Amino acid sequence: MKTPSSPTAAPPPLIELQGVVKTYGQGQASMQALRGIDLRIERGDFVAVMGPSGSGKSTCMNILGCLDTPTSGCYLFEGVEVGALPRNRRALLRRHYLGFVFQGFNLLNRTSALENVELPLVYRGMPAQQRHARAMRALETVGLGGWAGHTPSELSGGQQQRVAIARAIVTDPKVLLADEPTGNLDSARGIEIMELLTALNRDKGITIVMVTHEPDMADFASRTIRFRDGLAQSNGRNV
Amino acid sequence: MMWNTLLLAIREIRRNVLRSLLTMLGIIIGVAAVIVMVTLGGGATAQVREQIASLGSNLLMVTPGQRMGPGTESAAAPFDLDDAVAIAAAIPNVAAVAPADSSAVTAVFGHKNWSTQATGTTNPYFQVRNWKLHTGREFADTELRAGKAVCVIGETVRKELFDTTDPIGNKIRLGKISCQVVGLLAAKGQSTMGQDQDDIIVLPLRTLQRRITGNRDVKLIQVSVRDSASTEKAKEDIIELMRKRRRVSTLEDDDFQVMDMKEIAKMLTSTTQTLTALLSAVAAVSLLVGGVGIMNIMLVSVTERTREIGIRLAIGALEREVLMQFLVEAVVLSSLGGLIGILTAIAGSVTLTRILNIPFVFNGGIMFVAFLFSAAVGIIFGYFPARRAASLDPIDALRHE
Repeated sequence: MKTPSSPTAAPPPLIELQGVVKTYGQGQASMQALRGIDLRIERGDFVAVMGPSGSGKSTCMNILGCLDTPTSGCYLFEGVEVGALPRNRRALLRRHYLGFVFQGFNLLNRTSALENVELPLVYRGMPAQQRHARAMRALETVGLGGWAGHTPSELSGGQQQRVAIARAIVTDPKVLLADEPTGNLDSARGIEIMELLTALNRDKGITIVMVTHEPDMADFASRTIRFRDGLAQSNGRNV
Repeated sequence: MMWNTLLLAIREIRRNVLRSLLTMLGIIIGVAAVIVMVTLGGGATAQVREQIASLGSNLLMVTPGQRMGPGTESAAAPFDLDDAVAIAAAIPNVAAVAPADSSAVTAVFGHKNWSTQATGTTNPYFQVRNWKLHTGREFADTELRAGKAVCVIGETVRKELFDTTDPIGNKIRLGKISCQVVGLLAAKGQSTMGQDQDDIIVLPLRTLQRRITGNRDVKLIQVSVRDSASTEKAKEDIIELMRKRRRVSTLEDDDFQVMDMKEIAKMLTSTTQTLTALLSAVAAVSLLVGGVGIMNIMLVSVTERTREIGIRLAIGALEREVLMQFLVEAVVLSSLGGLIGILTAIAGSVTLTRILNIPFVFNGGIMFVAFLFSAAVGIIFGYFPARRAASLDPIDALRHE
């Protein structure tokens, strides 16, 4: 992935969706999950995405995360069209620029926290020693330096989600995509996770896009995008 | 990356030791069966060669009739003693000529009796067969000429009839004649074809002809050539001589045959080798069945680990990398099975060759081939499950429970 930047124009936004439509199924049975989304996310943003279930926010996150492709419309990542890239190119994009945090943590079972965090680095072909060092640093950042050898089943939900966050940030991604990161946690643990994300956004300048159901959690973000019936209605700054 | 994939595969296999072992079992049995079959076959062939070599490469066997193909021989007039005398006289470089004929007899000593084979021949028989006497003596010239009732017995006959009694000088009854034992042959053990060679009574040819068979036939002439280099020449000379003596016209085929040990060895080893190939092919089928077992387990494993595959794809693993992960796992599984199979086969072959009393011939080639084959089985049967894993949709895979 090369990032084109012309010296005269202002740099393009980190993420821009232009009229993105996503249709599932064919003919009569077809269902429009997204009906023309226009969206801009700047570097350093912390965006909360809210909306009732079925409003298209998960579909939109999948497209932002290059796990899915739009039926029509443009997805520009740093000004480059990436919506129509083939499967392997999108995988490389995820590997190098994106980090994921899921509602269900999605850690590898029976695998230590350290090895879970190392996983994205393995696919980058990083030598073992360097990998260990970086994964340890990421674990320390999320406050789990002493838990490196524990497997997910030995950790609490909040701790598992921290491991997942460490795995997402260990590659220094440009965007962290979090899909209901606090959905499986009680509110106290949820707030701890939100504080962690806020700190990462503030201190490391990582752009965060987070789907959430809870207004309390959305309040941590710098702005909110609301989805309704496959359309996005922005927003305004929260702060 | 490859190293990581390998480590990952090994860890995945160790995580489920029992299942991995059961999966490998098919390959283990297949590889072990093939190697054991080939090793036993090789041992049997070596044994055949060894026994034939012990007879000497300079032995020629002249028999009446022509071998038409496996098992069938055309009938032809037998030889007589004169043919043997003529060979000894006319063919240069001949060390010994032993005419022989045999008949089934029941030998009786005291209250014991034993069914065995009586072979009538002359003294050169012991030289040609490279057969030493344990005790006693060969036949005297007068005994041979007159067809006296004397005999030399094999170890098995001694054991059955005499047990602890010294046989030399005792008389045994063969049909109507009473025959004095003058010698005991050294034990020879089983022949290539599994016959007990010591189950024999050797008589002077005339004695057998006159008193047992009642004819003058000689069914086999064994010729020992002085040096093995002239075997070919002696063979040609014998053919020429016998054609003349038996009045075979130039248009006709020989009505007898002269075989040297090379031919006999070839005949016997080709039989063992065909049998070995057949058994190995049957064993190889179980290798394929083992491959299907691996495919089955890998498919189960892909389904079980759908979410893991989803996570890997989401964080940026390429299709190719997921494919490799599962393919390497299948190959490690199958080649590990191959290795265990090889070790099992070595232990099995050593034990079996000892039990069957054939030499153990280490065959590194077949082990290497079996190992490569087991790895290939992993690639072939691992590809389909790996392909399936790699082509999963990451979104669906992540949702999988």
